[in-house]
Amino acid sequence: MHIVDGVLSTEVVVAGAVIAVGGIALGLRQVSIENMPRIALLSAVFFVASLIHVPIGPTSIHLIMNGLLGLILGWAAVPAVFIALLLQAVFFGFGGITVLGVNTVNMALPAIVVWLIFGPILARTEGRTMMIAAFLAGSSSIMLSAIMVGLSLALSGQEFVATARLVFVTNIPIMVVEGFLTAAAFGLIKKVRPALLLSGPNTSLAA
Amino acid sequence: MSRHIVLSPASRNTTTGMIGVIDPRFRIICTIIFAVFIVSITSWQAVVATIVAAAVMVALSLPEWRKTLRRVLTMDGFIFATLLLLPFTYPGDTVFTVWGHTASQQGIYQAVMIGLKANAVIFTVMAFLGSLGSTDLGRGMMGLYIPTKLTTLLMFTVRYIDVLHHEYLRLRQAMRARAFHLRSNRHSWKMTGYLVGMLLVRAHDRSERIVWAMKCRGFHGHFHFTHLPRPAKSDYMFLLVMAVILVMLITLEALCPPLI
Repeated sequence: MHIVDGVLSTEVVVAGAVIAVGGIALGLRQVSIENMPRIALLSAVFFVASLIHVPIGPTSIHLIMNGLLGLILGWAAVPAVFIALLLQAVFFGFGGITVLGVNTVNMALPAIVVWLIFGPILARTEGRTMMIAAFLAGSSSIMLSAIMVGLSLALSGQEFVATARLVFVTNIPIMVVEGFLTAAAFGLIKKVRPALLLSGPNTSLAA
Repeated sequence: MSRHIVLSPASRNTTTGMIGVIDPRFRIICTIIFAVFIVSITSWQAVVATIVAAAVMVALSLPEWRKTLRRVLTMDGFIFATLLLLPFTYPGDTVFTVWGHTASQQGIYQAVMIGLKANAVIFTVMAFLGSLGSTDLGRGMMGLYIPTKLTTLLMFTVRYIDVLHHEYLRLRQAMRARAFHLRSNRHSWKMTGYLVGMLLVRAHDRSERIVWAMKCRGFHGHFHFTHLPRPAKSDYMFLLVMAVILVMLITLEALCPPLI
């Protein structure tokens, strides 16, 4: 769901960069000496997860898991996404230098929204209800990302509206897969290490 | 083991080649300036010239050709998929028709232009930053007054991506040993979800040990990079050459009117 350089109009690129800088600043305020390794390691896991390819029918997709990222990191998801995209741009040669801001916002904002909406619900519920909520968190974050990618394309020009629709349609199977994955991962974490979810981004570990 | 390294620069050695010895700050700044210039170009001649200039620079930095080519082709497949619909949705003179949808000349031109621009940026990044190691990236960012927290977070992430990737490969091997085969069904997705969850749990535990170990060694929020040396004469020469190239490209852009 990355957008490449040269597609978007200047207004969209600048707006994306400004929102991204604000989000990164907010996210960095959550980072302290105590939790910096924790946030960095969890970001690294999501980077590694993005290298995992899951087959869907004849093709395969790579994991995004921005819903789970938001649920675990909160506001720190924004710098985590930015760092992942920067590393992909520099080390994988993906380019996307001017659209770094827009891509960061498209991936990180859904993570934050999911965290704010589903975080409290997931903390309170158990069993089947929790699994359904986690499924919805995982799939709705992908849906929101697809909508935002489509929106940034459509805002750049009428001729991209068809491409925007295509982006949304091709992401529907990904929403389903990511929903199941997020539900499974969330369920496992809640069973095995609930501290990972309870601690939130602010709490120090060493204390 | 080196086969599995996730974040490896495209070039073999950071100290060889023409670009490898240049101050990382200058390289990062040049990348940003060139990327902004490329996306605002309107004539195809200027974009092609930029790609040629960047490709020559990539060649001078002694890349691993197969890896570089594979990366470019992967990205081009992706770019192609993004731009596939553009000729059919852009209004203009009809060139050909597919299933009742007309492709316009202007649309094809736009799609080709965007494809070229995206490639130009990819080549520019490879030329300037392709041989940059992660430490130099951190030092360069620090030197450009990017917030220390962000740089430190980046360096930490870079450090542990490979560690956790090994952990991931180990877990996958364990799954393979138990005859797990990744298919497209719910069981596979659930297992992959457990795999990611387990990676997160282990990363969390590891981070606790790291915090304690680092606190013992007096960690107080950032890494101490060796100071970047003052920009040498060669760095300023590099900047000058890049400025000349940029002026030449801007002249080309001004001389060649956009086709449409």
